[in-house]
Amino acid sequence: MRKTLLALAAGLLLSGSVSAASAADKLKVGFIYLGPIGDLGWTYQHDLARQALVKELGDKIETTYLENVPEGPDAERAIEQLVRAGNKLIFTTSFGYMDPTLKVAKKYPNVHFEHSTGYKRDKNMSTYSAKWYQGRYIQGLIAAKMSKSGVLGYIGSFPIPEVVSGINATILAAQTINPNIKVKIIWANTWFDPGKEADAAKALIDQGADVIMQHTDSPAAMQIASERGKLAFGQDSEMIKFGPKTQLTSILDTWGPYYIARVKAELDGAWKSEDTWGGLDSHMFAMAPYTNMPDDVKKMAEDAQAAITAGKLHPFKCPVLGQDGKEVECKGGANLADGQILGMNFYVKGIDDKLPGK
Amino acid sequence: MELAEAIILAVLAASTPLLIAATGELVTERSGVLNLGVEGMMIVGAACGFAGAWLTGSIFIGALFGIAAGTLMSLIFALMALGLAVNQVATGLALTILGVGLSGLIGAGFVGERITPAVHLTIPGLTDIPLIGRVLFGEDAFVYFSIALIIGVWWFLYRSRAGLILRACGDNHVSAHALGYPVLRIRTFAVMFGGACAGLAGAYLPLAYTPFFIPGMTAGRGWIALALVVFSSWRPGRLVVGAYLFGAVTILQLHAQGWGVGIPSQFMSALPYLATVTVLVLLSRTRTGGSTAPAALGTVFVPDR
Repeated sequence: MRKTLLALAAGLLLSGSVSAASAADKLKVGFIYLGPIGDLGWTYQHDLARQALVKELGDKIETTYLENVPEGPDAERAIEQLVRAGNKLIFTTSFGYMDPTLKVAKKYPNVHFEHSTGYKRDKNMSTYSAKWYQGRYIQGLIAAKMSKSGVLGYIGSFPIPEVVSGINATILAAQTINPNIKVKIIWANTWFDPGKEADAAKALIDQGADVIMQHTDSPAAMQIASERGKLAFGQDSEMIKFGPKTQLTSILDTWGPYYIARVKAELDGAWKSEDTWGGLDSHMFAMAPYTNMPDDVKKMAEDAQAAITAGKLHPFKCPVLGQDGKEVECKGGANLADGQILGMNFYVKGIDDKLPGK
Repeated sequence: MELAEAIILAVLAASTPLLIAATGELVTERSGVLNLGVEGMMIVGAACGFAGAWLTGSIFIGALFGIAAGTLMSLIFALMALGLAVNQVATGLALTILGVGLSGLIGAGFVGERITPAVHLTIPGLTDIPLIGRVLFGEDAFVYFSIALIIGVWWFLYRSRAGLILRACGDNHVSAHALGYPVLRIRTFAVMFGGACAGLAGAYLPLAYTPFFIPGMTAGRGWIALALVVFSSWRPGRLVVGAYLFGAVTILQLHAQGWGVGIPSQFMSALPYLATVTVLVLLSRTRTGGSTAPAALGTVFVPDR
């Protein structure tokens, strides 16, 4: 009995060292996810990108991911776990991982970190995000054309700059089509609660909105809009399955090219700490096909997309008027500066609501 | 008029899963067992309920799948907490963690699929009455069942001998045991009832509320159900008040935001919790005062044989 156990232990040791040896040749890349990979939204898109990465560089790298990692102090433990497992490049894919990532980055200067949607960087910590407000601008144009009631419904998650700039871009675009357009905003105060998102969509529709847009993660709002015969925009990923006659388009997070580029840089020893904020031109996100709209609206959307991609159209072209009708200081020359958009904490003229906390 | 009707309909839909899950937990706790695994049982009920409905095309069979899944989950709890006398709080928390993971596994193949949600009742003439027609005669079966369920539980607890015995187990398991009642068997049934209700409440979400399955879709409703049981001071009548009040304030705060009343949305989101706790605490202070918790709640019982 004792002999067998010893043999077994030796065998385990041997196999352990063998797999470690083969793994040592490969670069280990780790991912921290906020939700489950099956959330059909934010985390799902990050995982699609990871899969694209494996497909492209699978012979040179090995990927690991941890899903359902809560934001906050607990995330630090999860990130450190990936470091100890030998990951040399780690992507932390939600805003709330910013401080935990920075802490771990300071502790392990030889490991490289990539933090999504944050603003704190270090020698070994990059940030990356996308200019989704460009997509929201296109959605605003479509919404104003398609709305019969002249009332748009907007479901927000939290009143943070990313969401606020999305609302402003939407309404600025809509006003170019219909100067009297109204938008009703409901904050769900959560990124993900299908029931509550559905209730918010119901409330907006019951109050007269006929085009629903969301900055929350589940397809619940799309499904309610479809049930009520209204129109809606998806979020993060393709949601047309939940509203084949409802989805106008959707902002698709396409992290794949960025992940591949960064991992290639790491493999070549050329990785540097960077701040990437890419728009339509750099393929950080894409627009889902324009559906359920007449050809002229589709053409308008495609033209706007081409103009934004080419840099000819900027959603926050000066002058931008604040809610009080006063012009917002224009720090970026012809347009608002990137910093003003990244830190946007005001509503533009034409939104009747009050920004929470203002 | 139409808006009022729409609001009431949304309130009923939002409250029903809370009411069903809390009713089950109320019976469990009345027998002296604290099962903190409601969230876990609910989410497994949601995954299995959706799987059942998707595979068979029947909402009814889906609901049965949900009930069965919740009951099976509660049996794990019963085995640990009652059979092996493990700490109930720890077992319940473990059950939630297990449930969240297990539901993701079960539901993985069904993410992105759609089903036709539960049909709503239509009685020609009655359903068309303005304001109350659809509220009274146009709901789905879950809503009617939840009301029948809480009435049945009230009758069972206060009007039947079996209910009296169950409450006796919850208040003093030693005495109940001395009188010859099989305390652990009674508690096992109570735990199973709680599991069945939690499973059904979970199944309600993908079968009637938002007809698709996504991991984590219960989003904390199990914890709210648990809190409702405590704040209703373990009384079925107050539980109904609490569940509908919570649902009503949840929906009304969304509408208030849409109307643009200018109160910070963070406060609005906290309002359902504030309102429910305040009202239920006031209710429980007026008559009895003090704690009305089952005296043996959460304590381990090992019969001497």
